[in-house]
Amino acid sequence: MMDFPLLSVLVWLPILGGVILLVMEALGFPDIRPTALIVALATFLLSMLLYTDFDLNTAAMQFQELAPWIDAFNVNYHLGVDGISMPLIILTTFTTVLVVLAGWEVIKNKIGQYMAAFLIMEGLMNGVFAALDAVLFYVFWEAMLVPMFLIIGVWGGPRRVYATIKFFLFTFFGSVFMLVALIYMHLQSGAFGILDFHRLQLGMTEQILIFLAFLMAFAVKVPMWPVHTWLPDAHVEAPTGGSVILAAIMLKIGGYGFLRFSLPITPDASHALDWLIILMSLVAVVYIGFVALVQDDMKKLIAYSSIAHMGFVTLGIFLVFTLLDNSGSTQGAALGMEGGMVQMISHGFISGALFLCVGVLYDRLHSRQISDYGGVVNTMPVFAAFMVLFALANSGLPGTSGFVGEFMVILASFKANFWFALLAATTLILGAAYSLWLVKRVIFGEIANDGVRQLEDINKREFTILASLAVVVLLFGLWPAPLIEVMHASVDNLLAHVSVSKLPHAAGLALLGTGN
Amino acid sequence: MNIALSDFAPLSTEIFVLTMACVILMVDVFISEERRIISYLLSLATLLVAALISWGMLDNEVAVVLNGTFVSDPMAALLKTCIFLITFGVFIYSRAYLVARGIFRGEYYVLGLFAVLGMMVLVSAHNLLTIYLGLELLSLSLYALVAFNRESAEASEAAMKYFVLGALASGMLLYGISMLYGATGSLDIAEVAAALSASSKMGMIHIFALCFIVVGLAFKFGAVPFHMWVPDVYHGAPTPVTLFIGSAPKIAAFAMAMRLLDQTLGGLSADWQDMLTILAVLSLAIGNVIAIAQTNIKRMLAYSTISHVGFLILGLIAGTAAGYSAAMFYAITYALMAIGGFGMIILLSRAGFEADRLDDFKGLNGRSPWFALMMLILMFSMAGLPPTVGFYAKLSVLQAVIHVDMVWLAIVAVFFSIIGAFYYIRVVKLMYFDEPETGEPLHASTDLQIAMSLNGLAVLGLGVFPGALLALCAAVLA
Repeated sequence: MMDFPLLSVLVWLPILGGVILLVMEALGFPDIRPTALIVALATFLLSMLLYTDFDLNTAAMQFQELAPWIDAFNVNYHLGVDGISMPLIILTTFTTVLVVLAGWEVIKNKIGQYMAAFLIMEGLMNGVFAALDAVLFYVFWEAMLVPMFLIIGVWGGPRRVYATIKFFLFTFFGSVFMLVALIYMHLQSGAFGILDFHRLQLGMTEQILIFLAFLMAFAVKVPMWPVHTWLPDAHVEAPTGGSVILAAIMLKIGGYGFLRFSLPITPDASHALDWLIILMSLVAVVYIGFVALVQDDMKKLIAYSSIAHMGFVTLGIFLVFTLLDNSGSTQGAALGMEGGMVQMISHGFISGALFLCVGVLYDRLHSRQISDYGGVVNTMPVFAAFMVLFALANSGLPGTSGFVGEFMVILASFKANFWFALLAATTLILGAAYSLWLVKRVIFGEIANDGVRQLEDINKREFTILASLAVVVLLFGLWPAPLIEVMHASVDNLLAHVSVSKLPHAAGLALLGTGN
Repeated sequence: MNIALSDFAPLSTEIFVLTMACVILMVDVFISEERRIISYLLSLATLLVAALISWGMLDNEVAVVLNGTFVSDPMAALLKTCIFLITFGVFIYSRAYLVARGIFRGEYYVLGLFAVLGMMVLVSAHNLLTIYLGLELLSLSLYALVAFNRESAEASEAAMKYFVLGALASGMLLYGISMLYGATGSLDIAEVAAALSASSKMGMIHIFALCFIVVGLAFKFGAVPFHMWVPDVYHGAPTPVTLFIGSAPKIAAFAMAMRLLDQTLGGLSADWQDMLTILAVLSLAIGNVIAIAQTNIKRMLAYSTISHVGFLILGLIAGTAAGYSAAMFYAITYALMAIGGFGMIILLSRAGFEADRLDDFKGLNGRSPWFALMMLILMFSMAGLPPTVGFYAKLSVLQAVIHVDMVWLAIVAVFFSIIGAFYYIRVVKLMYFDEPETGEPLHASTDLQIAMSLNGLAVLGLGVFPGALLALCAAVLA
């Protein structure tokens, strides 16, 4: 198995499939959807090999591939995964299958290009998670913008042009500063390898500047308050599939960036500025939670709820320093970080599912306004069951995957600081409030109008999509061990890494003296 | 004067192009209107053979011949090869346009070849007067080309503007050269450089000479604040001529900067770096910001050229071998993107319809998905997005700049590229998100379609595998 370039296949198979779809559409093939589905399924099944062949006992990169790429800059084609990136790749391949299915009958216009955009997107996102070379990472990271830009702009809603350009410029704005930081580190280390960056000794000023550059890139992607404003627009205007990919995977790339770049490369700056991130996260959790409460557009509501939930992710990740200082052991600190990561995966399933639910309704009534619905349970009982389940999962009901991550993070914040925990726990109330109120207004009650009266319940295709998500949400809610155990070695390794100062020796001691 | 026969070997490309240009001029007089294609094919053949010859000279030793006025070095060989290939593309793109408008005349190709000859002389100059000679040969050919379509009032106006401003800039350059001659007593690049490094302290005259030379250079590049001619000339000239002006001469201008700033005035680098910093920052700012307001795509690309020149100059500012090779890579790849961008305007145009408004790109994806994709690649490459070659051009320049501890300059540059990204993606928006103004499909000639496809794929291909060209640029400067 070692010689089979599994990660390369996961990156390039969907991209190649996308190109084939484009060619097929140009040649006038009547129906290209089965090809898209086959490619997506094949990629998903292959990605399961990552899980089955994964070695749980090591934090080292696995499935590595290394080949020289651009000698002039010492750039390598270097792929590899650890416990942090592997679950995200599987999340990507899984979600893409659902997205292909979700667009099956809905997309009428240029369906070949639509499917191709999603497949190419899938390959690029896998590339982002698997890249171990900074230039390779940046190439995938930026290239990802292009298909998403087109997906929102071509197949989106009425204000799609505004939304997609805003999305593009926000993300581009964040990432170019990261590029400057990457080049700077290349000049310090002589290589572009991310693992070489991890070993780099950097002074405090350098670390802070690099940390801020990364923060700009990742905070926009997550998105963190106050640079979140592109997300509601993009979500509302994007077609269902676009919203699902955005919420389920693209947001996770920001969280992944913190884990892969910010923490290990600039641990001292992360330590010094963790209050900033915690503050931004708590604002996201509390303030954005309230904002979600007052939305009257379903997609916007879920978009704001995504921001609040992602606040949990960043909170969990950046609690580690307080926890390390309080307990001195990496054991307790691991809780927050693993909680954040579980939350990422779980939010991928739940928010994706909620957007798919809204998509189901939108396909029938062409409205996203909550006030246009009511009493859907009377005409669509099966659908209503799914939607209620996902809304409950979104509010963190025990037994669903939404509970596990949130609980771990809240527990960790109690250990860190009572006030953090108190504020973070408001999400349990706010999350329940906006999720359940949404369900109450849309699903339950009297049949609101004739549109709702004529609704037909979900068909087999839609049932398959929602059912598979429901299974995953319940599975990880009841039995999260498989997810947590793959992360464990990598998280411990990361914590051991960040607890060692990277400052030149004397300065490092001084910081430890004042830091405690 | 002692010129040996062996002195002519390094000049073989120049002699070949000169001879062929004269032959084509003569042939063109004697062939009938229907057989005009012969001049065209001969010009293409000339460029291809010239490209092969200069490619073959890539590994030759540095040779300074003709009493020190002409140098043949690997950098010259590479740049000339690129100039030939880019001009080859220009000629292919132009044919259909010229035929459709009844101005398919041999003069276009002959003037083009003379401009190429001027660029070659410029690239290989080893004497300040040779530089001036090459520059004038290039400029005069370009002035004539801009006015090539006699019936067009716009083109004549553009040519006039170009000529007056260009003559002024040439005068500035010449004045600077004369001061340098007065200060050092020589026009030979190596001797001037030696004299400069021997003199312990720089006097007022050196700085004055430098100022005038930088002004002349900045005008050729079209760097702010010497950019006023760029939008007007790009807009007024017939598209095939814009295509030409916007591409290959940028490579020649890079060579001119290398010969003048690095090889001649290297001793004054601290002074010219400051001057170039101002030029670069202003070009990046003004070029990118004003491009947003344009509704004509030729003008938009003109301002985009200005901003790209700003980026290119950043590489020169670094003043290191890495910086120069980054700037060279930038010049070459920019020329490749520019002919693609202007080529697309030609592809969309037909007799009586110039397709030079941004709105003419509306709904291109509906009319031709393939060419919309090519334009998308070109636009994203100009914006500097991977995986296109424009990204590596920017990456290598930024790297060179950061390497000399000018991180702030890199941040300024990336900041303005964000603004720049807006107007490039606006073109993509028009092509993909808007409905076409006309439903009729594209009907471009096959050669044009093939050239456009190869051009777009080259931009993408070099973006996936940029290593070879990057290594080549570094090697020829080593």
